[in-house]
Amino acid sequence: MKMVIAIIRPEKFEAVEDALAEKGYLGMTVTEVKGRGEQKGIKLQYRGTSIEVDLLPKMKLEIIVDDGHVDEVIKTICENARTGKYGDGRIFVVPVEKSVRIRTGEITE
Amino acid sequence: MNSGDIAWVMTSTALVLLMVPGVGLFYAGMVRKKNVVSMITLSIISMIIACVVWVVYGYSLSFSGDVSGFMGNLDRAFLRGVDISSGEPIPEMLFMLYQMMFAGVTLAIITSAMAERVRVSSFIFFGVLWLTFIYIPFAHWLWGNGWLSKMGALDFAGGMVVHVSSGFGALALAFLLGKRYGYGEHSIEPHSIPLTLIGLAMLWFGWFGFNGGSALQANDIAVNAIVVTFIASCFAGLTWMAVSWIKGKPGSLGIASGVIAGLASITPAAGFVDVAGAVVIGVISGILCFIALDLRIKRGIDESLDAWAIHGVGGAFGSIALGVFANPSISGYAGLMYGNANLLVSQIIAVIATITYAFAVTFVLAKITNMIIPMRVSIEEEYVGLDISQHGEVGYA
Repeated sequence: MKMVIAIIRPEKFEAVEDALAEKGYLGMTVTEVKGRGEQKGIKLQYRGTSIEVDLLPKMKLEIIVDDGHVDEVIKTICENARTGKYGDGRIFVVPVEKSVRIRTGEITE
Repeated sequence: MNSGDIAWVMTSTALVLLMVPGVGLFYAGMVRKKNVVSMITLSIISMIIACVVWVVYGYSLSFSGDVSGFMGNLDRAFLRGVDISSGEPIPEMLFMLYQMMFAGVTLAIITSAMAERVRVSSFIFFGVLWLTFIYIPFAHWLWGNGWLSKMGALDFAGGMVVHVSSGFGALALAFLLGKRYGYGEHSIEPHSIPLTLIGLAMLWFGWFGFNGGSALQANDIAVNAIVVTFIASCFAGLTWMAVSWIKGKPGSLGIASGVIAGLASITPAAGFVDVAGAVVIGVISGILCFIALDLRIKRGIDESLDAWAIHGVGGAFGSIALGVFANPSISGYAGLMYGNANLLVSQIIAVIATITYAFAVTFVLAKITNMIIPMRVSIEEEYVGLDISQHGEVGYA
């Protein structure tokens, strides 16, 4: 079992959400976050002076899937969140030890 | 002059001023949170520009003398000769200030079509041009003894001067500026409905001064104006709510839009129609403006905050409706219902003239502005939002 953590552009969230739902991946936890990559946000030129917008708003998705589904989830997110410009985001995959359904107490390892 | 009239118009002046940030908040709730500061600030800047233009030449060109029915002259430039102690029925200086507020609100309304994408320096330049070549002529045509008023057209508190001008101007701007980045591709949702509803509260409250004060006296016509204004707004809110309920749920933004549609529609007629007329105007405006808004969305036109559908269509409809429902027992003007077809004819001519002029001239002025200072910000500036890129601030820390 793995957790796929995707940091994506907020305006691409709907497209990603719909594409994942179409493939049957419904469960997810979503957080509005701010972040930056190696380019450090966006630099705006304004009459000689520049304003740096360091941290830009992003959406963070956390999706728990079986090991065999990780690649499909990653592919779906990439296809629907990509614009080709800086700031499209990142995906991280981390192992999950245990998952407990609170309503029933059912445990998945 | 009597102190009652002066007190009422002074109060009304303050009420209309309150509508300026009211428009700002009404609009600001409907944009994304990265543009909330920008949206309110555009309204505040509108008032500031209007004040400067009004003092320097705006008041004079609107209300001093007449040059072939099109504009006034410059005799009262820099408010030369505008008196605090004479004027009928109120001191001219007070009339000047009261009228200045209308110019500010009108420019604020048109910012609808520039939401989330306008360069603030360009807006200031455009605002001066727009007031000079559209608002001032309209004020003169209908209120300053210009050609439309000589022809017999009526506009009590600005159905054409304020609402048609800004509404159809906004539509022209929407065509010229184009859609916001991502419009139609991903949802652009209102970030704070309560903010919009606070804006509505300020507009609803301020409109008593907008229409009531336009009697320029604390008299029976002022009473009629505030009564029909309020009644029309509630009936319009009701019909908009009903129509949207049939299609789904009665959303608060729809109800608020209905109220504003009713207010804009009754504005030209407030001093001429009775309660029955106000009810009919209210009921129809709620449905008509709803249809206009629906059409605007279906056509994919990003006139972002619907100044056209609500102010433009409402103001035009009310201006024509007054030619039908004007009751001679209110101000002595009779509409079609009371056997006079002439008023309706001049109202229709005035509406067609103001719609055409407002749309065409706004388009030209925006094109000229674009050549000097591009009206749209760059894609990066739009992406991070106007609050940061134009004002160096954020709305919510």
